[in-house]
Amino acid sequence: MERVVRRWIRPVLWLLVLAPVALLATQFLRDELGADPIEKLEMETGQWTLRMLAASLAVTPIMRLTRWGWLVAQRRFLGLTAFFYALGHLSVYTVLDWFFDWRSIFEDILEHLYVTVGMLAFVLMIPLALTSTKRSIRWLGGKKWNRLHQLVYVSAVAGCIHFLWAVKKDITEPLIYIGVFAVLFAFRIVWWWRGRSRVGTAVSGVTAV
Amino acid sequence: MLIRRPDDIASSEITPESVYLDRRKFVGKAGALAIGAMVAPTALQAMACSSESAAVGERRDSANGVVGQEEKVTDEKDATSYNNFYEFGTGKDEPVENAKGFRTSPWTVSVEGMVKKPTKFAIEDLLRGLTVQDRTYRHRCVEAWSMVIPWRGVPLRDLLAKMEPLPSAKFVEFTTLFDPNRMPGQKTNALPWPYVEGLRMDEAMHPLALMATGMYGKTLPPQNGAPLHLIVPWKYGFKGAKSIVKIRFTDKMPRTTWNDLASNEYGFYANVNPDVDHPRWSQAQERRIGQFRKIPTLPFNGYAKEVASLYAGMDLRKNY
Repeated sequence: MERVVRRWIRPVLWLLVLAPVALLATQFLRDELGADPIEKLEMETGQWTLRMLAASLAVTPIMRLTRWGWLVAQRRFLGLTAFFYALGHLSVYTVLDWFFDWRSIFEDILEHLYVTVGMLAFVLMIPLALTSTKRSIRWLGGKKWNRLHQLVYVSAVAGCIHFLWAVKKDITEPLIYIGVFAVLFAFRIVWWWRGRSRVGTAVSGVTAV
Repeated sequence: MLIRRPDDIASSEITPESVYLDRRKFVGKAGALAIGAMVAPTALQAMACSSESAAVGERRDSANGVVGQEEKVTDEKDATSYNNFYEFGTGKDEPVENAKGFRTSPWTVSVEGMVKKPTKFAIEDLLRGLTVQDRTYRHRCVEAWSMVIPWRGVPLRDLLAKMEPLPSAKFVEFTTLFDPNRMPGQKTNALPWPYVEGLRMDEAMHPLALMATGMYGKTLPPQNGAPLHLIVPWKYGFKGAKSIVKIRFTDKMPRTTWNDLASNEYGFYANVNPDVDHPRWSQAQERRIGQFRKIPTLPFNGYAKEVASLYAGMDLRKNY
């Protein structure tokens, strides 16, 4: 089982990652995105960003449950994918939605909180994308690198708030995303809590000796 | 601009779509001839026209409310498949699916409040004797997208006059049907049902206000608010209650759905105003469906000449 998964996971992930892009591009060119294709593209690229981000955050729990340490490489792959979807989302916004109307764009970012928070979510991903190579891990050292990459949690929260505030009334979909991220966060909180108490016992054990 | 059709069209004759499309071409050409960016809608001419036609008897009349050089009528497919009608789902592509088979006959409208005699009208009786007109108006959604839609309907003032409101009536309230079995969106609590909207009497009696019964030369499709859809072209789209079953006259400003939900985001007046932003997005520009670049939003959606006087002396930043 492990060998099969290990052999096929990358091709399958590539397929999953590229399929939405291919689909959206085709639909866009064939004018199948409804009456307001730009809004639709914005919505889709934004949601795919959150999905990829959730997928990347799901790697660690799965890795710990299966003890497949090699999964760690998929985490960076999915994280980068999330970044590129975010970049696509921002490009649709800048090029198709506002057509490089920088003044309006800056006003929009400064005056409308959901846009501000969305920008924050994106900006926080930039250093993570830049340090996604093996070389940067070696250069920073595992500990520092992990520390830096905890920014992804802030970005995910900002991304969810961005979606929640962008919606006019029916917040069902944002709530689904928030629920998924809450579960992914819960794993970490539980582990952190357990780890802390274990360290605590160890320390007291040492004292006893 | 006023586009008139030959006078020899009988009231019984339904305009075939091909003829209708020709009219659109004509409108386009006439628009191109017009000098200046925007040809002002000629409400007064429309009015004169309707009273004149009332004199000759019922007949279809084409009074055109809009159309400037750049303004093309939105694709019928877009206007009938992309709209907000939460009674049939909160997605803009949902009403067209979920409203399939929605029956609008029989249909009763209850007239209540400050009227000479509260009455339940069968829709046929309510519309009988009123002149049906074609009016092409800009439609501006509060979400910053817009369309140009050729509506067909009766002037709201004619419809309301028939209900004989008392002079003490200062406002009129419109209520949408509440029937979750027929409007599946009402099974959710997406909005507090039923949907209620309202106008000040002078707004309601303005010649541009229309009670639509059709669009694109056809009967109103259910997803667009059949059989009665209020059209107030200088206001954001949410003011236009759909599938209306109750009209009530009152001397107090009625509570309206979106205003009740979030009064900082949606005012009672909701006049299209590029200078007053929605707290979460700008209203300075809009995307005209079918066009790529955003276009500037006009005060009162381009009908300032006709309606601005209704709000003389009012602070439009406060009364948004």
